[in-house]
Amino acid sequence: MHPWLLSAIGGVLIGLSAVLLMGALGRIAGISGIAGGLVVGAGDRAWRIAFIVGLVAGPWLLQWWQGDSGIGLPQVRWPWMALAGLLVGFGTRLGGGCTSGHGVCGIARLSPRSLLATAVFVATSMATAFVMRHMLGGAGA
Amino acid sequence: MKAWTALLAGVLFGLGLTLAGMTQPAVVLGFLDLAGAWNPRLVFVMAGAVVTTAIGYRWVWRGQRPWLDASFQLPAVRRIDGRLLLGAALFGIGWGIAGYCPGPALASLGAGLAPVFLLVAMMVLGWWLAARLPDRNADANEVKP
Repeated sequence: MHPWLLSAIGGVLIGLSAVLLMGALGRIAGISGIAGGLVVGAGDRAWRIAFIVGLVAGPWLLQWWQGDSGIGLPQVRWPWMALAGLLVGFGTRLGGGCTSGHGVCGIARLSPRSLLATAVFVATSMATAFVMRHMLGGAGA
Repeated sequence: MKAWTALLAGVLFGLGLTLAGMTQPAVVLGFLDLAGAWNPRLVFVMAGAVVTTAIGYRWVWRGQRPWLDASFQLPAVRRIDGRLLLGAALFGIGWGIAGYCPGPALASLGAGLAPVFLLVAMMVLGWWLAARLPDRNADANEVKP
C-alpha cells in the first residue's frame, strides 16, 4: 500500500479514537493532557492509564499481526533526545496541548487557540529541523 | 466501562499513529525538513485525523451528554497569550530536534529502546516543571460545545 494512503488511514484511526473518547467520556484526545494529567495529579486516573496502556499496545498488536511494530529508531544521540523530551514536555504543558490536542482535536473544533498553537509549533519545528540538519550538519545523527 | 472504552480508544490511537508513520522519527523529520527530501506523509495523517474528528465531534455533540459520563469537558480558555505561544514554540523546537511528539513517544515505549525511555522521562519532568508555574487558565472546563 502507498505510504500516503497508509498515513491517511492512520489519521482516520486517530480521528476515530478522538471521536470515541469524546462520545463516550466527553474528553479531548490530547496525549499531553491525558498523560500529563497523571503527572500533575488530575482526577480520573483509571481511564488515563487505560488509554496509555492501549496506546503502547497498538504497535504491539501490529508486531503480532504483521511481524513489524512500525516503531522506528531514534535519529539523534541521547543528549539531544533528553533536551527534546524536556522541551516537548514543558512546552506542551505550558501551551496546553500537543499535536493531538491542538493539532487534531482543537483544529477539528475550529478553536482559534489551537489553530494558532499548531501554526507556531509546526513553524518552530520546521525551523529547528532545518538548523539541526543543514546548519549543525545533522547534529547527533 | 469508562476504562475499557479508554483502552480501546488508546489502541485505536496507537495503531493509527503507527500505520501513519508517526512512530518513525525519520519520517517525521523528513516532513519537518522542508529543505531536504521533503516527505509529505504527515499532511495525509493530519487531513485524515482532522476531517474524521470534525465530522465525528459534531455527530456525538448532538447528544446532551457523553455515553458514559455526565458532561462534555472542553477547554473553556479563549485567551491567546504568551503562555500559549511560548509553550507551542518550545514544543515545536523539541519536536524538530528528535521527531517525537508526546503520542508517538509514549507509543514507542513498547519497543524497549533506551533513548526513547530517556526522552519520555525528560518529557514527564517537563510536564511536572511546567505544572509548578502559576496558571491563570488552570483546569478551566466548560460543559457544552
